[in-house]
Amino acid sequence: MATHPGQLADPPLADTAVRVRDLTRGFGGRAVLDGVDLDIAPGEFVALLGRSGSGKTTLLRALAELDGGVPGSGELRVPAERAVVFQDSRLLPWARVLDNVLLGLDGADARERGRAALAEVGLEGRHRSWPYELSGGEQQRVALARSLVREPALLLADEPFGALDALTRIRMHTLLLELCVRHRPAVLLVTHDVDEAVQLADRVLVLDHGRILTDRAITAERPRDHHDPALAAHRDRLLTALGVHR
Amino acid sequence: MTELSLTRPREHARSVPEAGTRLAPRPRRGRRLGPGRAVPGALLVGPVLLLIAWILGSGTGLLDPNTLSPPWTVVTTFGDLVADGRLQSNLLTSVRRAGIALVIGIGLGVVLALVSGLSRTGEALIDGPVQIKRAIPTLALIPLAIIWFGIGEDMKIIVIAASVFVPVYINTHAALSGVDGRYVELAETVGLSRRAFVRRVALPGALPGFFTGLRLAVTISWLALVVVEQVNATSGIGYLMTQARNYGQTEVIVVGLVVYAVFGLVGDTVVRQIERRALSWRRTLGS
Repeated sequence: MATHPGQLADPPLADTAVRVRDLTRGFGGRAVLDGVDLDIAPGEFVALLGRSGSGKTTLLRALAELDGGVPGSGELRVPAERAVVFQDSRLLPWARVLDNVLLGLDGADARERGRAALAEVGLEGRHRSWPYELSGGEQQRVALARSLVREPALLLADEPFGALDALTRIRMHTLLLELCVRHRPAVLLVTHDVDEAVQLADRVLVLDHGRILTDRAITAERPRDHHDPALAAHRDRLLTALGVHR
Repeated sequence: MTELSLTRPREHARSVPEAGTRLAPRPRRGRRLGPGRAVPGALLVGPVLLLIAWILGSGTGLLDPNTLSPPWTVVTTFGDLVADGRLQSNLLTSVRRAGIALVIGIGLGVVLALVSGLSRTGEALIDGPVQIKRAIPTLALIPLAIIWFGIGEDMKIIVIAASVFVPVYINTHAALSGVDGRYVELAETVGLSRRAFVRRVALPGALPGFFTGLRLAVTISWLALVVVEQVNATSGIGYLMTQARNYGQTEVIVVGLVVYAVFGLVGDTVVRQIERRALSWRRTLGS
């Protein structure tokens, strides 16, 4: 499934959730994305690594179509049913938890689905709470429920666990994997945490100076053992690709 | 030197007679940098102190009754005015004027703020004229208003409404432009329609500003009422006071002032209660 620059045999469109060809984006004359090619299969979990300023958030925002007004070109095919999880939970402070989950949804069964999504992230019975009454981890779980209740074909997550403490982050990893098994969205997870990428993803990409330089498939069974030597090898190679030499 | 600085503090600690007090349990306090504990009956403390000063001033003769009638005269005059029904009928007229004008003014302020805050064209058309209106005192508008609308109820309500809508507009518009761009982005990613965006994000986000405007508006409606009721009016609290001035009845003037004050305070309290309920999602210094 890995796509490298110059590879000719494209998979058929029906089998891809995301297709990006020769995507460029620039700010003030500087190319932030410089000819990115990327395919993500339905249900595939892709992690995107990169140093700060490498363009990973720009790529995610392009896929989320949140970058209107940023000059650029290229082919971009994304499903209409997508959901974005931001680094901050981005809950509306004036809406109760359930109303945040259901933002923009209506229909007879919406509230039922919203409650079910909250139960799935372990927040059953908190639907009447205000966001400020929740901890950081709980707020981010509400944000996950808000994404999943839409049954997205593509889940875009921009460092969603970056602001959480280490213990909460581990629990969120487990939760995210469970949810992905159940709902099977294609996932693009932007992160700067190599361990997180190796723990979670089917494929890890490294973005450097606006280009995807590394594309590693990780086939180890989940749940993954942190001490698995195969994972350690992946980790080392990815760190090297990120310019961290040991 | 280093030896000294290491040993000295210990010797000091030993020389303190009751070293144990340093570990005494600390009483739990509220937020250290907060404004402090709630004062019981906070809203009434200031007015009650003023009232006491008035009673003392009149009782000791420091206040000449011709300058300011003593409280007891005001109370008996109040009773007389209620007994012959003049106070109620004039008060009803005033409250009705202020109420109608408030509803119109608030509605106008909110609608203009929305149009101006949610579209650049709207802002270009509306914001300038409102800022100009803001610079013109209500009193200065009255001669023109009389020529345009006569001296009847319409003119009074229009003049009050024209004063009331300004603070509602200014504060709602400012809060609306201040809604966090991240929420706008969120609204885009979840595919909110324009209508849903206004209802779910823009309006609730602008609500704190709206309430600030509303509190000012309630007060200003009374101020404007005084002005219009002292010009060409034949009823209302302002009219009652103007007549009293002609006959030199300071006690009636003071009754009118007290009525204005009480209603202003009540109006503000009601708005604050509504505000506290509507904004219960906030956690702020004042809460």
